[in-house]
Amino acid sequence: MVSTGWSSPYRAVLASRIRAQRAYPTSFALDLASSLLVGLTELGEVWVVFANVTVLGGLDLDAVLLLFGLSNLAFSLADMVVGHVDTLPTYIRMGSLDAFYLRPLPLLAQLVTSDLTLKRLARIGVAAVALAAGLLRNDIHWGPQTLMLLGVALICGTAIFAGLFVCAASLQFFLVNGAELTSSFTYGGSYAASQPASIFPTPLKLVFGYLVPVAFTAYLPTLAILHLPGPPLLPSWAVWCTPAAVAWVWLTAMCLWRWGTRHYQGGGG
Amino acid sequence: MVAGLCTNVVFGFIRAAILFAALDSAGGSIAGYDQGSVGAYVWLSQGLLGAIQLNGAADVGDRVRTGDVAVDLTRPVDLQTWHLAEDLGRSAYTVLPRLLPSVAVGALTVGLAMPATAWPYVLGAASIVLGVTLSFYCRFAVNVLGFWLLDTRGLRTLYMVVSTFLAGLYVPVALFPDWLRTLAHTTPFPSILQVPIDIVSGRLGPTDAAKAFAVQCFWVAVACLAGRLLMAAGRRKLVVQGG
Repeated sequence: MVSTGWSSPYRAVLASRIRAQRAYPTSFALDLASSLLVGLTELGEVWVVFANVTVLGGLDLDAVLLLFGLSNLAFSLADMVVGHVDTLPTYIRMGSLDAFYLRPLPLLAQLVTSDLTLKRLARIGVAAVALAAGLLRNDIHWGPQTLMLLGVALICGTAIFAGLFVCAASLQFFLVNGAELTSSFTYGGSYAASQPASIFPTPLKLVFGYLVPVAFTAYLPTLAILHLPGPPLLPSWAVWCTPAAVAWVWLTAMCLWRWGTRHYQGGGG
Repeated sequence: MVAGLCTNVVFGFIRAAILFAALDSAGGSIAGYDQGSVGAYVWLSQGLLGAIQLNGAADVGDRVRTGDVAVDLTRPVDLQTWHLAEDLGRSAYTVLPRLLPSVAVGALTVGLAMPATAWPYVLGAASIVLGVTLSFYCRFAVNVLGFWLLDTRGLRTLYMVVSTFLAGLYVPVALFPDWLRTLAHTTPFPSILQVPIDIVSGRLGPTDAAKAFAVQCFWVAVACLAGRLLMAAGRRKLVVQGG
């Protein structure tokens, strides 16, 4: 395997991780199955609520399918690609993070490419099916604008969740054992993103709309695609500010990451 | 512990918002739930999560995987009861940093409808202990399957997903469609979380509460026995290399 260029070490690591996951097919199949069930249960939760009501926060079941599909697709893509950075506390505790520092490659790039969690493909599948159903069942006026909204939502949504994972990992340099705390905005963010943000009281709207801008991953795109107005704090035209939300999350992530890596003193030994 | 509390509270706010919106949309009440009882349900369940541990993990699983269980089996105490004692101790500790603050946050933000008489609290406290015990016995049984499966990770995830859903963590069991509610009641999971909450929050009258409590006792006995049978069978299966 002769490959040159800056990306070759990353590609080598990723290829080895993919081979490793394929080496135990039964175990991988079980992981896939449980990941599929996680996705289906989350969809089931939405469905159970709609067994009792027809409209939630101004969206009906079809609109919520679209919302669920968008948010979960973005989250599970981000989770597959960078979600494993939340193993950072283990590396810190075991002292194995120091080995990453010794290699002449950026630490974050190494961590991100240290794994690719293929079992998440099952969840991605569930989300994609929900999204497709949402797109088919809603009365959507197809045009270049809709396609662009979809594309922007998926790319920026994935970037937002990925940035949140990096923020969470950066905080681990200080918290060490605080994965439970940071999951309040990674997994909590994903949970909030799959709900119509109009149901939140004002403080939560501000938190999940602007501080942890997960409303930009699915709720605002859904409003824009379906031509719905949205609540006062989150008007549907705000969807065009999605790149700004991505910039905000990644700026925070990069600052926190710099701060965290400088704070890190090494595991000794 | 503080970290866990923060996450519990964030999820509590989101869950409360969803259920309140559903109540609004349904015209004020669904399946006997109103604003106050939904608040009580959400914040009690978030507060009890730390004690109840629906995640499927139990120390005994790791000890089976590493083979340390062989040493445990030579000790002159009953393995299941010993791990139960450990788990009850861990749960008791979470009451102070997890349950009470969570309920306080709920009371201060959304307001909870809690009963004014004493008996729901007394029976409810006993029911919570039974719920924690049942949760432990179920997790113990799942983890003991490691004697045959070696790696119970997939099974634990499966347990976590199914149990959280059927225990009524995200949506109360009473809101399930009929067939799903019937299905849930054929499993021990509602007895782990939904029943203790229903009793403490006074949603069940004295007779129904006593019935639910009896069902809990039944499931505790079943899960305890299942764990013991699996343990006994696993003991015969166990081969320890070296030593």
